[in-house]
Amino acid sequence: MAVVPILSALVVLPLAGAVLLLLVRNRGHERDRFIQWSALGVSLAEFALSLWMWRGFDPSQADFQMVERVDWIPSFGIQYAVGVDGISLFLVVLAAFLTPLALVSSWRSVHKKVREFSFFMLALESAMIGVFLSLDMFLFYVFWDAMLIPMYFLIGIWGYERRVYAAVKFILYTMAGSVLMLVAILTVAYLHSVATGSYSFDYEAWLTLAVPRHTQMWLFLAFAVAFAIKVPLFPFHTWLPDAHVEAPTAGSVILAGVLLKMGTYGLLRFAFPLFPDAAAYFAPYLAVLAVIGIVYGALVAMVQPDMKKLVAYSSVSHLGFVVLGITAMNVQGVQGAVYQMLNHGVSTGALFLIVGMLSDRRHTRLISEYGGLKHVVPKLVAAFFVVTLSSIGLPGLNGFVGEFLILFGAFRWNPALAAVAASGVILSAVYMLWMFQRVNYGAVTNPKNEGMQDLDTREKWVLWPAIAMAVFMGVAPWVFLEPMAPAVNRIVARAAEAEPAKVVRVAAPAPVELKKGPGPFSGR
Amino acid sequence: MLLLIPLLPFLGFLINLALGRRLSKGVSGGVACAAMLGALLAAASSVWSLLQMPPDARGIVQQVAPWMESGTLSVPFTLRLDPLAAVMVLVVTGIGFLIHVYSTAYMHEERGSEYARYFSYLNLFAAFMLVLVLGASFPVMFVGWEGVGLCSYLLIGFWFTKQSASDAGKKAFIVNRIGDFGFLVGMFVVWSQFGSLDFQDVARQAGQLPPEATFGATSLATLLLFLGATGKSAQIPLYVWLPDAMEGPTPVSALIHAATMVTAGVYMIGRNAVLFSHAPETLALVAAVGVATALMAGTIGLVQNDIKRVLAYSTVSQLGLMFVAMGVGAFAAGIFHLYTHAFFKALLFLGSGAVIHALAGEQDIRRMGGLRKELPVTYWTFLIGALAISGVPLLSGFFSKDEILWKSYSGGHTLVWAVAVVASLLTAIYMFRLVFLTFHGERASAGSEHALADHGHAASPGHGHAVAGHDRASEGGHLHDAPPAMAIVLVVLAVGSVAAGYVGVPAVLGGSNHIEHFLAPSFAAPGVEESGEHGASPAEARAEMVPGNEAKGEGGHEPAGSGDHGAELGLMAVSSGIALAGIGIAAYFFLRNKDAAGRVAARFAGAHRVLLNKYYVDEFYNAVIVQPIKRVSDRALWRVVDAGVIDGAVNGAGSFVNGASAILRRLQTGSMRAYALSVFVGVVLILGYYVWR
Repeated sequence: MAVVPILSALVVLPLAGAVLLLLVRNRGHERDRFIQWSALGVSLAEFALSLWMWRGFDPSQADFQMVERVDWIPSFGIQYAVGVDGISLFLVVLAAFLTPLALVSSWRSVHKKVREFSFFMLALESAMIGVFLSLDMFLFYVFWDAMLIPMYFLIGIWGYERRVYAAVKFILYTMAGSVLMLVAILTVAYLHSVATGSYSFDYEAWLTLAVPRHTQMWLFLAFAVAFAIKVPLFPFHTWLPDAHVEAPTAGSVILAGVLLKMGTYGLLRFAFPLFPDAAAYFAPYLAVLAVIGIVYGALVAMVQPDMKKLVAYSSVSHLGFVVLGITAMNVQGVQGAVYQMLNHGVSTGALFLIVGMLSDRRHTRLISEYGGLKHVVPKLVAAFFVVTLSSIGLPGLNGFVGEFLILFGAFRWNPALAAVAASGVILSAVYMLWMFQRVNYGAVTNPKNEGMQDLDTREKWVLWPAIAMAVFMGVAPWVFLEPMAPAVNRIVARAAEAEPAKVVRVAAPAPVELKKGPGPFSGR
Repeated sequence: MLLLIPLLPFLGFLINLALGRRLSKGVSGGVACAAMLGALLAAASSVWSLLQMPPDARGIVQQVAPWMESGTLSVPFTLRLDPLAAVMVLVVTGIGFLIHVYSTAYMHEERGSEYARYFSYLNLFAAFMLVLVLGASFPVMFVGWEGVGLCSYLLIGFWFTKQSASDAGKKAFIVNRIGDFGFLVGMFVVWSQFGSLDFQDVARQAGQLPPEATFGATSLATLLLFLGATGKSAQIPLYVWLPDAMEGPTPVSALIHAATMVTAGVYMIGRNAVLFSHAPETLALVAAVGVATALMAGTIGLVQNDIKRVLAYSTVSQLGLMFVAMGVGAFAAGIFHLYTHAFFKALLFLGSGAVIHALAGEQDIRRMGGLRKELPVTYWTFLIGALAISGVPLLSGFFSKDEILWKSYSGGHTLVWAVAVVASLLTAIYMFRLVFLTFHGERASAGSEHALADHGHAASPGHGHAVAGHDRASEGGHLHDAPPAMAIVLVVLAVGSVAAGYVGVPAVLGGSNHIEHFLAPSFAAPGVEESGEHGASPAEARAEMVPGNEAKGEGGHEPAGSGDHGAELGLMAVSSGIALAGIGIAAYFFLRNKDAAGRVAARFAGAHRVLLNKYYVDEFYNAVIVQPIKRVSDRALWRVVDAGVIDGAVNGAGSFVNGASAILRRLQTGSMRAYALSVFVGVVLILGYYVWR
């Protein structure tokens, strides 16, 4: 155990702050400012803590670090166990990075029940970070479901018109998946007791378990469906546009920025390494769904009249890339996938922030209501532009690195699928630039847009960090790729042991002979 | 310090970006020009040190930073200067600097903040272009490759208020992205074949393979890369963005859409000469596409009436010729033409800019005429540019174009040669149509307006150029020739258009074709010359690789026998004759006998309309690709598949579960924990909702 239980501090701090906020009396909104600043303070402290964790992280290690273990329900082998490796490291930092931005972005738009809003945002942060740090499957499951509750309220209370429908759909959909996962978790714990005589929910113990191939299939499917819904992978995505459109800005930022990554994180952390044979069998099918999602999400995004829906469908497309990288299961694919998770958090988070700022001003998200904004709000449009470029993967910004590595890895695995996926590069330019043009270029045709205010100081502080991060991650990707590498190698190596089944290919034979002849998963 | 070359313009960009609003026009324009001048000096000093090295070992490498490292893939951010890159950096910084200077006067009527915005984009463009040129590997080149596309987007749409301008910018970006898709996938194929993305590594390995007899991985890789080149360099099928790109300010057209960025595709093929040499099928396609594009663009150029669009089609056509050179394996000739073209095409565009500037934004050549007397500097420099591009002997275009024609003929590509000759004839005709209609004859009077009404894209007043207080032109009053900053640039470029060709005078005319010898090492596989036991020069080693070119020495001097000398001189006479014939035809139709042109157009009204409408290619793309994708996405994918089928199934499942849950509940005996938990969560949610609402 680490000298300072930094990971537990990361999990507990936001929740503790949240509970303290509930003690503040705020009947007549007289302490709104105080609550907002306190919540921001807590989330900034959390961010600082996450950076401290990064500083203490040993980038040469593949194993979990800063591990803390305490028995929780010993009779079932349930522990409180947390640890961090190169994959979860940056996801935690991402969650801690986005929460303050999301909080500040809501200062003007959320007037109702400010105290409760701040409470749920911070509670959500605790749960998210718990999900990424859990090493015990039961603990993971608790965080996984706990996270739904604050998000449900955030959408249901502070959302737009159809918020109740969206919130219920969101929760039922994800619950359906997580129930399946719970069954699978309990089954593995049972298998563990059959094999060793005692129950265990310990992730690392599970890795040593030899689950029969046939059983793996069912368990993998149960996990994969739960995660696929969360991602969301085509065709499990229809909850996402509804949830995004109805969610308040902060909810959308966190939903797109962090929550979706739990699906891809789960696939990478649990579904693939725990059931390698099944993963090898199903990977091509998942990859096909991912590629369909890339193209389909982009095409549907293109024709959306609502900006938020457009960004939501673009997430389906972007997350398709992430899943494709994971299914490729080679170093570049997986590193690209993790990188793309971070990118998507930064750039789509920022897109939702910007759309939120526009809708704060005009109370509409319809593209047709805008036009010519570059005349009126040049700073906002400039920020919008950089974020757009980041989202379409312009080299020099973050999106490119992730897409490049994913496509590279995917190409080594299955050139045909990678080539189809690469067409997403064209489509993303189409839908983003078309939207950007309709909103920002041309003359100001709608008189309601004439008096719009440009970014104020608060909003600048919300957008600057995201933009700076987009640039930094595009210019200096090695800063992130290096600490990630050992953990990624470990997962890839484990998947490679399931080699025989890996050769399954769904698409037509590759048009290219790989001269170097690396097996699909050998090079690393 | 290679890094300094792209870094200085980038710093200029940052300064104008951050402080632009607060700087005066003089300062922001000055910063931008100074940044370019610095880059030019840095480039010149680097090239100077390159020249000090022994000819076959010329190369300067600078590893700037690590960039992407993942497993066996390692992509450091590395810059490399070799002879090929040297030619390009000098063109980009030199022509780029001149165009920056010109712009300080041309853009002077923009507001201060817009002025700074313009220069920041221009500097950013130069920085990306220099990264493209100096990048030592595919991904680093790709940074510049996409970056220049971005700047092109920004500068085409500079006057973003205009729908047509922002449409054109978007079109340019998206069409380029189609090409980038090819570049990206081509890169992956290269890696899977050679295990490296570094240009030198790839060339070294490719040099050890025999040329591909059948379509294989190298052919596929080069084909995909060529798709990228057709996007950036405006070739069939992706040329459609370039004519529309004329929506941007004219100096932008000169810099980006004529002299530098659009040549990136040619440059990229030259950069991968060894790879392409090993893919004869791709090379054949490159030549075919090049010559088809040259011909098609030339025919369209004959009938266009917008001065900039004529030049745009002429650019497409000239780029086609460069691709012909690449396709027949005459890489040095292609780059030579790229280099001379940069001078005279920049000159022509800037000259047209001076005309547009003087006429307050008028771009329709039917409303011009007789400007010779009023704009003498513009006229004479423009004339020199037109002579150079037409291939009139002893001007720069003559040497480079002739080299391409000779190489394609002597390489056995007779058909390609013949079509290229026709395209050259067309060039001379439409260029002098432009000269005569614009500068000769009489000023078109306002009364002829109605005659233009039927025309599709007649320039609206104030077209492109934001005019303020420039109405004097419409009154037919005295016009002002180019202001000093513009005039100087025109003169310098005119001198260049005359003289630039003398670095490549062929042996048959008593020259020694310096540029070809200088470039040769860049087109040879590194290490090949050591392995050749008979001490073949790199150029000859390459000649062996190029199919259909075995007999002819690529060096273009010694090996050719006297018979070849005769043939070369004969061809030279033919192409000189062609240039003069083209000028003569133009003089007949557009100077002496203007009615004849109208009669010909009326006689072939159908063909004329097809050409005027650019073969309806845009309409075809729109009807066959753009609209169907939009319609299917909207009506089928979104409204039917997504909202109907998938979400319908989800909601249907929801109601089914609702109805059946009572029964299912009794059947559910195994997993009590799941059940209990979901009930618990459900209760919390429902209660919670009512509490908090």
